[in-house]
Amino acid sequence: MTDTASSETALLQTPLHALHVRLGARMVPFAGYAMPVQYPAGLMAEHRQCRESAALFDVSHMGQVRLVGAEAAAALESLVPVDIIDLGVGKQRYALFTNASGGILDDLMVVRPPVDSGATFGDLFLVVNAGCKEADTAHLQLNIGHRCQVVPMPERALLALQGPQAEAALSRLNPAVADLVFMTGGVFDLVSAQCFVTRSGYTGEDGYEISVPAEHAVTLAEALLAQPEVKPAGLGARDTLRLEAGMCLYSHDIDGTTSPIEANLNWAIQKVRRPGGARAGGYPGASIIEAHLAGAAPSKRVGLMGQERVPVREGTALFDAQGHALGTVTSGTLAPTVNACIAMAYLPLNHAIVGHEVFAEVRGKRLPMRVTAMPFTPNHYKR
Amino acid sequence: MTVQFTQDHEWINSADTQAAVVGITVHAQDALGDVVFVDLPEVGRSYAKGEIAGVVESVKAAADIYMPVTGEVVEVNEGLRADPALANSDPLNSGWFFKVKVADAAELTGMLDSTGYDAFLKTL
Repeated sequence: MTDTASSETALLQTPLHALHVRLGARMVPFAGYAMPVQYPAGLMAEHRQCRESAALFDVSHMGQVRLVGAEAAAALESLVPVDIIDLGVGKQRYALFTNASGGILDDLMVVRPPVDSGATFGDLFLVVNAGCKEADTAHLQLNIGHRCQVVPMPERALLALQGPQAEAALSRLNPAVADLVFMTGGVFDLVSAQCFVTRSGYTGEDGYEISVPAEHAVTLAEALLAQPEVKPAGLGARDTLRLEAGMCLYSHDIDGTTSPIEANLNWAIQKVRRPGGARAGGYPGASIIEAHLAGAAPSKRVGLMGQERVPVREGTALFDAQGHALGTVTSGTLAPTVNACIAMAYLPLNHAIVGHEVFAEVRGKRLPMRVTAMPFTPNHYKR
Repeated sequence: MTVQFTQDHEWINSADTQAAVVGITVHAQDALGDVVFVDLPEVGRSYAKGEIAGVVESVKAAADIYMPVTGEVVEVNEGLRADPALANSDPLNSGWFFKVKVADAAELTGMLDSTGYDAFLKTL
């Protein structure tokens, strides 16, 4: 067998690093950090733990940034095709930094903190991808640093508690978290630390993302792991969970060459920012994105489900029945809950139709796959 | 002992050289993680030593299975094909991959025994 061992070089560590090692995690390099890809239970068990109970993820490698100032929302709107100005207090939204060609620089979450927590969480509180956090901070500083303060928050850790029992477990630490609904957030005391909690995540399940001061991260993680419903889960399970939920992974399913429309993320662009809306345009690549909204997008991101159990992975070439090349797979895995091989790919519009059959070339064989609606498993958000 | 090992983390039990049993080691299944799919060699086909005989896939990775000796594949483990997780739960017994008719017994001499394989693991 080929050796699958990986090696660590000089990697950054999250505040939970020693805890992961103590729990027997297999650590791998990710975005410059040593991160747990799985614990002794393994990927399948950790994935199921999230769908059936509650799983705790360390996502402290991601970037937390606050924007401070009365103009923060208007300023941020100059970088994202999203309604931020009318984002109410305690409300969270998914957003995209766009580039001049209408592609995506990163995807992020934006929440408007309660007014009295501005000193810690600013006028807008952002969470960005680990691999992009330096570039995103520079992008914000360069473009809107004169209109509001851009303050990275490396002093905070980030945990995700996801699954149908997440509320039961977290509400033992503070009952008030049960009052949050999907895509809302607020400040809550957890283990005597001031935390920002949002009811959102990257798994398709109900759950929370928790920003905690780094010095309290271990205490919080241990308090959550002490709950009978909660077990730790690593980045491996995080990837199979988000893929089943039809969610994009930046630099795999979306990148600087994919518009939000090709990526099938039209829903992230509110009416007010579209042509005809009061604040249409005004973000990088707007004219191209507007053309795509009007029907000019050449391709569309779709879900694919394999008819056989052979995993079809990122980079696999896709063909039509006549053998013409259609594109490549952007993400793929054997999905534990769906119990089939699933993938995402960009297909030309005339092939991007649910039920349409395409063929994936794996080890010289052309395997049939069907275009499938996403999510592959139903979402369980608390609305 | 008739069980020997390769540096590709496979074992071969040549107690019966007409049907020597081949599988992956405990180290291999641990490195792979949860095995979800196996591609087994063709029964009746002859392979050279070192030739790729199949693939074992986990959620995160795919790894080639190499022929540890030259010979004809006489049987594959259909039980493993149906339940790939056997490669994790019982890699040395019911998780066997295939059986091969050893063409040249001389290829077996000089292969690692279990002490040699354990020593090899320590060098990784």
